[in-house]
Amino acid sequence: MSPELLNVLEVMLNGLLAGVMYSLVALGFVLIYKASGIFNYAQGVMALFAALTLVGFQTGQIPFAHVINTMFGTHVETWGPGVPTFLAIILTIGVMVLFAYLVERVVLKHMVNQAPIILFMTTIGLAYFMEGFGDLMWGADIKTMDVGLPSGASTWFETTTASWAAEGSNYPGMYVDMLDVSAAGIAILLVVVLTLFSQYTKTGRALRAVADDHQAALTVGISLRTIWVIVWSIAGCVALVAGIMWGAKSGVQFSLSLIALKALPVLILGGFTSIPGAIVGGLIIGVGEKLFEYSIGGMLGGATENWFAYGLALFFLMFRPQGLFGERIIERV
Amino acid sequence: MAEPTQDGRKIGGTLLEVKNITLSFGGVKALTDISFDIKEGEIRAIIGPNGAGKSSMLNVISGFYHPQQGEVWFRGQKRASMRPYEVARQGIARTFQNIALFKGMSTLDNLMTGRITHMHKNLFWQAIWKGPAEREEIAHRERVEHIIDFLGIQAIRKTPVGRLPYGLQKRVELGRALAAEAKLLLLDEPMAGMNLEEKEDMCRFILDVNDEFGTTIALIEHDMGVVMDLSDRVVVLDYGKKLADGTPNEVRNDPAVIEAYLGVGH
Repeated sequence: MSPELLNVLEVMLNGLLAGVMYSLVALGFVLIYKASGIFNYAQGVMALFAALTLVGFQTGQIPFAHVINTMFGTHVETWGPGVPTFLAIILTIGVMVLFAYLVERVVLKHMVNQAPIILFMTTIGLAYFMEGFGDLMWGADIKTMDVGLPSGASTWFETTTASWAAEGSNYPGMYVDMLDVSAAGIAILLVVVLTLFSQYTKTGRALRAVADDHQAALTVGISLRTIWVIVWSIAGCVALVAGIMWGAKSGVQFSLSLIALKALPVLILGGFTSIPGAIVGGLIIGVGEKLFEYSIGGMLGGATENWFAYGLALFFLMFRPQGLFGERIIERV
Repeated sequence: MAEPTQDGRKIGGTLLEVKNITLSFGGVKALTDISFDIKEGEIRAIIGPNGAGKSSMLNVISGFYHPQQGEVWFRGQKRASMRPYEVARQGIARTFQNIALFKGMSTLDNLMTGRITHMHKNLFWQAIWKGPAEREEIAHRERVEHIIDFLGIQAIRKTPVGRLPYGLQKRVELGRALAAEAKLLLLDEPMAGMNLEEKEDMCRFILDVNDEFGTTIALIEHDMGVVMDLSDRVVVLDYGKKLADGTPNEVRNDPAVIEAYLGVGH
């Protein structure tokens, strides 16, 4: 193969891997939107909060240490060496489930039957509250996330691909970050598990039932509020996975919550109500923006990755507003 | 004409009783001081002209509406104000006038969802899947297959119900209500919009359900022929008030009923 073709392949591969990360964030949105019709603006902040909590447990931080020190003039920071990663993840899942329960109890319960825009505003409020609360609880400094995932370039992949090139072309081989590969693997595993769960268990069936028709779900004896707690818990776990991946990539900091914005074009492409849509949409955006940057980006002065996804989404809205896999709204008049 | 107990079925004591139900939406009174009972094992019809409050009555029983006054007694106990899913868990299943199925799900999944109140393995076992949760699934799948056989809908087992024709959707909805193995089955216009053949099928299913499983059925229907043939007792509503209550023959000859249906000066 010619080095040019291999270059394009490399760009596409990295695009796919980046796309998986976008899909992961979009997935959290789709889950909540399907089950309750709420566009959860707080999904990105949930990822940040989950990542902060995980690092907090790992490093043995005392929650609200800053507040305690200010009020009592103490100098406490940590309570010990922290807990092992595996245990920290379990504890964080516990925190996310508790969070889901509180959101339902304190906020959503009072918002039943409100207009979608009001529910959306509620989640904006929730997002800013969580952002501040996360800072207060774990501190605002940038933290590093290390959950023991492999990272760095894969030399095996580099040498293998180098041998694909034509003799004497001096092709150095493809670069692929092991962190991206493991993130993609975990994301795929997560989607498979979620799909199996929703297809073959009682609760999964109840989740689909609620997503399909609230009234009918009530009639067969499904409590909407229980289902909402479950859905927000699952979305919290998806946020945790996204938080781990993005946190390991670029540090746990405020900007992590902005990945939510990257999910928007993915959702527009894939449709707000489709899980396969979120995945395919993420992959298209990932590959699309990398290829665009590689082929045309140079002519436009680079950094096209910042806006390409939104441009593509805008273009898409004109032709298929319901997204690739979204339900087309046909109304009888 | 099937009079109670004439055909050998057993009509038991009172299963559900509504006492002095008054329901209003703002200034509009949908139901005024309605009382009647439903006996165990019978087929009870609620009839009346459009806007008489039939569906409102059904919605009160199934917990979608909460009356301002009056009481609902179920199995000898006064019922507290309940949400629809709590009513369902008590053993009251229903269908809707305009079909409320899970349109994106298959017939089988719709019926399995109907059994949800009977499945008790918690999230932990479900997540593990192998073992108790799987055995529970299989046991309930068997019951559901039995209902599928009963309704003759084997061929559409895996079809998303949104794609089915109207008559079959009605049948699947009945199937889902049957899957709940409820004490009381509420059917809101089970034959609306059906052709003659479909109506006959549905009639047969309703009679068979009542006969084979001894399920108590309360139904709303517009087709007078159907109502008179099917039901043991009929309650007639008009403008939210109770006009008459009795066997089909009694109701048919009631002057107040004739007036409401045919107008004055007939």
